[in-house]
Amino acid sequence: MNKLSKENYIFDIEPDKYIDLEGYRAMGGFSALKKALENEPSVSIEEIKKSGLRGRGGAAFPTGIKLEMVRKNEETKRYIVCNADEGEPGTFKDRFIMRHLPYQLIEGIAIAAYMVGASKGYIYVRHEYPEVQLKLRESLEALKNAGLLGNNIMGTGFSLDLHIFSGAGSYLCGEETALLSSIEGRKGRPRVKPPYPTQSGLWGKPTLINNVETLANIPRIIEKGADWYASLGTENSSGTKLISLSGDVNNRGIAEVPFGITFAEIIEQFGGGPLPRRSVKAVNIGGASGVLVPPEMLDTPLDYNKCAEVGITIGSGAIFVLDDTRSIIKNVQNRVKFFLHESCGKCTPCREGLRQIDGIVEDFLEEKAAKSDIESLERYAVTMQQASFCGLGQAAGNSLVSSLVHYRKEYEEACVNDTDDVEKKA
Amino acid sequence: MQTVQINLNGRDVVVNEDLSILEAAKANGIRIPSLCNHTDQDVKANCRVCVVEVEGVRNLVASCSTKVAEGMKIRTDSPRVRSAVRTVVELILADHPQECLTCIRNGTCELQELSQRLGISNVRGRKRHDKLPIDDSTNVLVRDPNKCIKCGRCVEACNNIQQVGILFTHYRSTDVQITPEYGKSLSEVACVLCGQCVLACPVGAIYEKDNTAEVWDVIGDPKKHVVVQVAPAVRVSIAEEFGMPPGSISTLKMFSALRMLGFDRVFDTNFSADLTIMEEGNELLHRIQNGGVLPMITSCSPGWIKYIEHYYPEMLPHVSSCKSPQQMFGAVAKTYYAEKSGVPAEDICVVSIMPCTAKKYEAARPEMNDSGFQDVDIVLTTREFGRMIKQAGIEFDDLPDSEPDSPLGKSTGAAALFGATGGVMEAALRTVYEVVTGETLEKMEFEDVRGFEGIKSASVNLAGQNVNVAVSHGLSNAKQMMEMIKSGEGDYTFIEVMCCPGGCIGGGGQPYGTTTDIRKKRIESIYEVDRNMPIRKSHENPEIKEIYEYFLIAPLGEKSHKLLHTKYTDRKNLTAK
Repeated sequence: MNKLSKENYIFDIEPDKYIDLEGYRAMGGFSALKKALENEPSVSIEEIKKSGLRGRGGAAFPTGIKLEMVRKNEETKRYIVCNADEGEPGTFKDRFIMRHLPYQLIEGIAIAAYMVGASKGYIYVRHEYPEVQLKLRESLEALKNAGLLGNNIMGTGFSLDLHIFSGAGSYLCGEETALLSSIEGRKGRPRVKPPYPTQSGLWGKPTLINNVETLANIPRIIEKGADWYASLGTENSSGTKLISLSGDVNNRGIAEVPFGITFAEIIEQFGGGPLPRRSVKAVNIGGASGVLVPPEMLDTPLDYNKCAEVGITIGSGAIFVLDDTRSIIKNVQNRVKFFLHESCGKCTPCREGLRQIDGIVEDFLEEKAAKSDIESLERYAVTMQQASFCGLGQAAGNSLVSSLVHYRKEYEEACVNDTDDVEKKA
Repeated sequence: MQTVQINLNGRDVVVNEDLSILEAAKANGIRIPSLCNHTDQDVKANCRVCVVEVEGVRNLVASCSTKVAEGMKIRTDSPRVRSAVRTVVELILADHPQECLTCIRNGTCELQELSQRLGISNVRGRKRHDKLPIDDSTNVLVRDPNKCIKCGRCVEACNNIQQVGILFTHYRSTDVQITPEYGKSLSEVACVLCGQCVLACPVGAIYEKDNTAEVWDVIGDPKKHVVVQVAPAVRVSIAEEFGMPPGSISTLKMFSALRMLGFDRVFDTNFSADLTIMEEGNELLHRIQNGGVLPMITSCSPGWIKYIEHYYPEMLPHVSSCKSPQQMFGAVAKTYYAEKSGVPAEDICVVSIMPCTAKKYEAARPEMNDSGFQDVDIVLTTREFGRMIKQAGIEFDDLPDSEPDSPLGKSTGAAALFGATGGVMEAALRTVYEVVTGETLEKMEFEDVRGFEGIKSASVNLAGQNVNVAVSHGLSNAKQMMEMIKSGEGDYTFIEVMCCPGGCIGGGGQPYGTTTDIRKKRIESIYEVDRNMPIRKSHENPEIKEIYEYFLIAPLGEKSHKLLHTKYTDRKNLTAK
């Protein structure tokens, strides 16, 4: 039941196959845009709302509500931005879409732009994807030539001026307000919310900003209807999800799965399970900002609400498998170092908390840690989760906190003594 | 005003719906700790010291950036909040040099106060060992990046309030630093040294170069004859250094304090403010009558002068050639006073007490030596003056009143006005009106140029001719004013520009904690000083009459030209030196 039948794929594509404009149109591409343009924007917005589509970038905000918020803003100059700054470690699903199926993404952007009344937009692509940027630029050109983008699309009077904007390598620019600042030429630091981008986004105008996967879902929903889409997933999590599967499994790559499938099933069916004579020790779900999940929790279904209940963050849909040869603390250190490098340094908990955590984790690996350091780690990580300015800082401690819950023994065993070794650090 | 009901620590209260949680709590008797928050600035929400718990919200929220809402249940005192706030403050302290006892902000530091308030007795966590270099490249300001808590208040003061924009946040993560552009030193960039960043800084990361030791040295040197001048704005702010309420007037106590500190003569910059009016008023009339460059713009504010030299050098012909009152004082002290007192000019040391940091730069300008010596030797800010009084053990509150010395001590109400935005204009108008019309001015107050509006304008009838004047304070308004003049907008004859918000009473050398409200209180006191002066027009000052009669001969005369007027430098090349 958790296998998706071919006709229900949102991303109908075999690995390594590129679908050009002709091929995409042969698949029925741009019929959804045509259909949307024939109706009032509110009709499509209703359809998206009914479909239950939620943001695929990580926050899972209901897409229909976001569309409506931009649409209903009194300011008529509005923007659309596609967040293609896919920086979450272990996540490569947006690259898959943009490489193999760029026209479906752009069709989704065009429909969304029409729904919110935006006539100008940007696809913010991470700097590390130069080949994707090239492909997208070619695609935009081809669409303009075909009258499917630019002025007066399909003769309907609707126009969309769409641009590719390259990031400059900062992970934090995947955070929506930092991304908008980056386009504006400012330092890529998060802004105070509210106002949210839907109220005051790019250049202070209402802006719809969505992840690649979210926007690429839209054409299929408009084409095949909200009911069909909702039937694919679970009650709270409709449709399908692209999973970026990597780590200690036999098969690594992109898998499209319906919501409701369990993590164990994903690892087994698509990953072919752990390598021979190895067993799964932990699964990192949601990328560097996600959590470490022990094998006994892998029966949890892929469902936003059910995952939230047990503390799993689906995030971008990255699944990284660690087998029994891996050190949890080493894995956590990898993430801490990543965030230490990527923090913008704006707020105290993230900037200073990471500095402290980095030092303590290093002590654990160098067998210099004391028992009291476990509590210190906990205190700093929880403070970061609770008090950081943006999602980066709030999530930076996730894997650490979850490792302290599920793999505490590993830390305890790494301690050299149980005294509070304050003097050493002063 | 719409109100909402919120629940604050279990207590239902009704508050204005526009308030942040922080403000709402303050209005209801709870001071939520904060650091990056500043009443005159935008919400930054980056220190995270002010986090509170809101029911139904997963994480803690920053109370400065979160507005209240109907039915909101807030806790500022839960264990979760307490632990987070404490950890955040400890994180800041672990990154901060533990040098409180020798820090210039000892006793005025907001971080120190916070740590004390929270009862932090042990800073857990690793200290930082790598020391960053201290920038003391100017003779005015010192930046110690090691003490910086990255709150961004100085950046906002520089970029938004003054719109000079030389301070930026550089690098990221734990390497974040606030520095002038491209990590340069202050002397390498077009900083105007206004010191608004100093007022904004909650800690000791940027401060004036303290010159009190040099002053003690010259006072103690029997060969030196040390004379001191005090700027108009200091008399309405120095009392704050001793815990008196903002706006307290302490003119006569201040003169007593200076005498007790050991200065040989206690004079007043207000005297030379009157002198400035004589010269500047006549320069204006001269420009009007002889087709000179108009509008003429005032030149008393050294931050403003450095700003126009850097950013609008093409507008320099508009600037009055008059030296500032500080520099006029120095020039006449080492000539006129030297002559009159018989003390050789080389033995005279001129110390000035200013509400300003840029005055230190002004005094050190190479052209400011028309007396044959550096006209003003040492400049102290109001804060440094306060330190000297404390060091001397003088009980400021109990000081008797005393008058300044002659012949550079008498002043008028007009001179006192120099401390407030619009004051130079008002003082000038009082004199110019009487000179031009030959009539006595009945109503001395020019209300149109008073108040806190960024740009003010007025039209004055001078013997049948309407003269339009304008006033701006704060460099963002000065910038707007320059653009207005360049675009031909506004037909002005005379313009007053002050570098700092509120004028000199809001200068970068004034007591810490200066806010818009405090600036307004000081301005009110300046007006009170003016009202209570027996003479309120510069040209009626008897000592001014005397200096013209026996020494200067006439405004804009040969001696005036040599001693009281100056030239400016095009500094478009963006170097501060």
